[in-house]
Order: sequence, then structure tokens, then C-alpha cells
Amino acid sequence: MGDYSDELIRNLRRKAVLLRKHIIRMTHNVQSGHPGGSMSSTEIVTALYFHVLRVDPKNPGWANRDRFVMSKGHACPVWYAALAERGFFPVDELLTFRKINSRLQGHPELGTTPGVENPAGAEGQGLSFSVGLALAARVDHEPWHVYCLMGDGEQDVGQTWEAAMAAAKYGLDNLTAIIDRNGIQQEGRTEDIMPLEPLAEKWEAFNWHVLTIDGHDFRQVLAAFEEAQRTKGRPTAIIARTVKGKGISFMENKIKYHGAATTQEEFRQALAELDALEATI
Amino acid sequence: MTAAGPWKMESQRAYFGRALVELGKREPDVVVVGADTSESLRSLEFGKAFPDRFFNLGIAEPNMISVAAGLAAAGKIAFAATYSVFGSAHTYNIIRQNVAYPKLNVKIFSSHAGLSVGPDGATHQMNEDIGLMRGLPRMTVLVPADGPQTAKCVDAAAAQQGPVYCRFSRANVPTLTSLDDPFTIGKAYVMRDGSDIALVGCGLMVARCLQAADALARNGIEARVINLASAKPIDVPTIAKAARETGAVVTAEEHTVVHGIGAAVASLLAEDHPVPMAFVGVQDVFGESGEADELLEKYGLTAEKIEEAAHRVLKLRGA
Repeated sequence: MGDYSDELIRNLRRKAVLLRKHIIRMTHNVQSGHPGGSMSSTEIVTALYFHVLRVDPKNPGWANRDRFVMSKGHACPVWYAALAERGFFPVDELLTFRKINSRLQGHPELGTTPGVENPAGAEGQGLSFSVGLALAARVDHEPWHVYCLMGDGEQDVGQTWEAAMAAAKYGLDNLTAIIDRNGIQQEGRTEDIMPLEPLAEKWEAFNWHVLTIDGHDFRQVLAAFEEAQRTKGRPTAIIARTVKGKGISFMENKIKYHGAATTQEEFRQALAELDALEATI
Repeated sequence: MTAAGPWKMESQRAYFGRALVELGKREPDVVVVGADTSESLRSLEFGKAFPDRFFNLGIAEPNMISVAAGLAAAGKIAFAATYSVFGSAHTYNIIRQNVAYPKLNVKIFSSHAGLSVGPDGATHQMNEDIGLMRGLPRMTVLVPADGPQTAKCVDAAAAQQGPVYCRFSRANVPTLTSLDDPFTIGKAYVMRDGSDIALVGCGLMVARCLQAADALARNGIEARVINLASAKPIDVPTIAKAARETGAVVTAEEHTVVHGIGAAVASLLAEDHPVPMAFVGVQDVFGESGEADELLEKYGLTAEKIEEAAHRVLKLRGA
């Protein structure tokens, strides 16, 4: 595991709290959206945007930037929050999420939101899109890296495995997939809806380098990305074990909060819990 | 007017493959993806010329379309080539979300469109793709009439920013145009002038419209024949002018009449200049196995049926 300073980890943890507050405010404000899967992805997205990705908020189209593809498009609140805090657009704009005339669509739209790299909504298309990006980098002999965040529900989709085969065929070591393994999809537990295990063995069988980590532990998340960058000749899949709704006591592991916003009372409690957590960092 | 034919019969796929290679030489950003049909499509010729820019993704068309979108998002001009049933209906929502919505530079070139696929039967006879693709916002839809026009579509698609869908036939088709003829997306081409009736066709039905025009001329009826190679956007001025000047329109397509070019022409004329119309095409049915010409005959996609339709419409219009 890499040597990460306590200060770096503290800063990332503070950012994660900040992003979670944005997620709660955005979804509460419009009374829709998907807080649960945004919260399970928060450490992964925070680590990428505040430590790993080479991106330039002032020049979102910089040709040699790393690409972050969010295949689980419903979790875009955490993406928008990270982009805003990273400076791609004003933080104030976050409260336009899902409202009329907004640049922050209910599911990501390419070309409208600064920093958004892919369209997503229908599940299971993002890894294929990432394979296309990674192939383009290879054609041009460019060093940038593609990171694709998938939900575990997306492992149901046939196209995910079409993409997995293609990435292995071309030995795309400039592609890293992260699977947010929170164990819950819209209608229930993944293992009840469509059993996925043994998931790591599946990805290994598809000729990927596979890591399994605690997706809320920044040291493990950062180390996994470093190992992915070091791994040559094949793509890396990081299975990040996470908790849906992570960080808010009444949301954690609750199927309901896949796609439900907070009530007024829950909203106050959620922000109070995040404030309390922040005070301990 | 010169008589229709005899024409040289040529492969649209052969023109497609050659045009891709020529484009690849000129344009280093062109890449090509395939799905285990590249030899048949002739896109493999590009793969042989530029192996680093060609990707065979296996029988996985949804992945192929999204990979093309990713390549395009990174600045490539991505051609995705396969059979039309796979490059349209099978991948419709992938095209919708990953190509049309983000307006990416993906060019879907689909052969084996329509009944003329022949013995492979109904599963492979894609008679619904023009309507499906026309329904997508931001999508351009091209239906070249012959080999040379297929090559022109390759160049025009590459030169235009944004998504393009182009469909053509497996069967050899009559060569009506030349590589020296102009081709512009959004323009319809008058192949024969006349002021009594307009025959608007696309794909291999353009030649059949010309044959029908010959037959009509023998009865003293001068038909204007229009090649609607650009099914979206449609050349509204040319179509509206034909309707105004002739007062009668027959459309002909190797596609269902439910939502093909006939329906498109009817809806624009209904707003602009309503005239009596008739629609030659596949009548809301699936095809079957058979040779291409047998199928076109059995399902009513012939010069004779166009001629009959013309007489019906002229009767409606009144002389």
C-alpha cells in the first residue's frame, strides 16, 4: 500500500463530507434523484478528482487529460458535486440539478456540463464507451488514462461483458474499471435480483487484473489506483466494497434510498450527521 | 428523355470498402469498428490498409456502437459498419444515448438493408431502419441509390460533424450515377425531368422509378424522378417544388411504408402543398427467403407497381 500522508487523507475525508452535503442538498432541493448510489461512490470520486486525475478545470477539453467515465449515470449528483468543487462550474449551480433550463441533467449529458465526459442513463454502456476512449489514446500513443465507474447493478447488463472482453482483447492497461459494489439495485439486493458472485472471479476469467478493496477507505482506494496504473498488458478492475447511502445513518444499506430524496426532517438530520462527522476529521 | 438502362450492376459494398481506404489515406483521424462482418462489408480493406485504426469487436454490436462513440469523443471520426439489422434496431438505444444524444462523430454504415438481402430471410431483411433512424434527433440518414453514391456518402459523412446513418443493399444494384456527380447531404437529385407526376425513390428503387417513368412516357405521361438519397434532412424545396409543379407524387422505397421516406414526404407535403400520393414499399409485413428479384416482385417493389400507383394518383388528382 502506498505511503499517504495523514494530511492528504484528512483533506480527502473533508472533501468527501462536503460532496455528501451537496448530494443531500441537490436531491432534497428537487425531491428526486439518486442519493444512495452517489454516497456509496463518494470516496472513489473524491480520490479521483482531488488526487488522481490529471484534469484542468479551466480547460475541460484539454486533449491529454485523463478521462473519468461515469457509467452509473444515476449517481451523477456526486459527479456534479466533485466537478463544481474542483472548479469546472460554480458551486451555486448545483441547486439547479434536475430543474428546467439546467446544465445539470438528471442523467449526464455530454457537451452541456463542463467536465462531464460521457452520456449515461441506460445502464451498461459506459465501459464500452471507455474502451473506445482507451483505444483512441492508444492509436495516438497518448499517455492519458481512462477510469470508468460502474454500479454493481450494471453487472447484469450483457454489454458490460462485451466491453470486458474487448478491453482484454486489446490489453487496455490504460483503462481502469471501478465497480461500486454496494450490493443494492433499484428493486432489492443484487444477490436476490440477479446473483453476481463470484464477481472477482468473473472479472479474472475475463482476463482482467482484479483488486478488491474497501471503497470507503481512502488509503485502499488510492493504492488500488496506483496498482492499476502500474499494471501493464491488461486492464484493471477494482471491486470497491461499499455501503449504499454511506455516511447517513438512516440511509445506509436501505434499498429505498436508491432513488428517494430526504423529507424535511431527514434532511436536517442528514446535514447534522455530516456536520458532526466533519468535526471529528 | 433517354431510356432507363441497361445499367451496369455493381456492389455498393465494394464502393464502400474502396472509399473507406481512400478516406483513411487522406484523413488520419478516421477509425473503423466492425462486428464479425467486416469482410462481407468490405470494411476489412480498411483494416488491412490501417491495422492500427481498425477494431473487430466480435458479435457484440451494442459494444461496437459505444466503442465507436468513445473513439469519437476522443476526436476520432469513427465508422461502424455491419448489417443493417444490427446497426439499427439491435443497437437502437445505444445509438440513441451514445451517438445521437451527445452528437458524436459516429458514422454507421449498414449494408444488407431491405428485402434484397434475399435467402437469409426476414430476420436479416431490415425494412424498418430508415424510420427508426429518422426518429432520432440529431441523426442524418442517407440511402444511396448505387455504388458511386455510396462512396460519395462515405466522404460526405466524414466531412460532416455529427452522427450519420447510411444504409445500402447486399445485392448488386444498377449504377445510375458517377463518382464525378455532386453529392451533398440534404439535397435530393432530379434524375429525370417531367411535369405530370413526381416519382420519389431511394436506394435501389430509384432505378425502378426510372423504369416506371419510361413506361409512363410511352403513355404520354412525363414523370419527374427524384433520388431522395438524403432521407434526413430532406430537401424540402425540391420535393415541394415537384409537388407544386406536378400535383401528384408516388414514393418508392425498399422499406416499410409505415414510417419510411413515403411517410416523411407525405408529412412535409401535408404542411406545404398537399397532393394525392401513393406509397410503394413493404406493406407492414415481414419478408421471407427467396432471391432478391423474386422478393422485390412478390412484395410489390417493382417498376410495374410504381407505374400502377402513378395511374391511381393521377386519377385522384384529375386530369
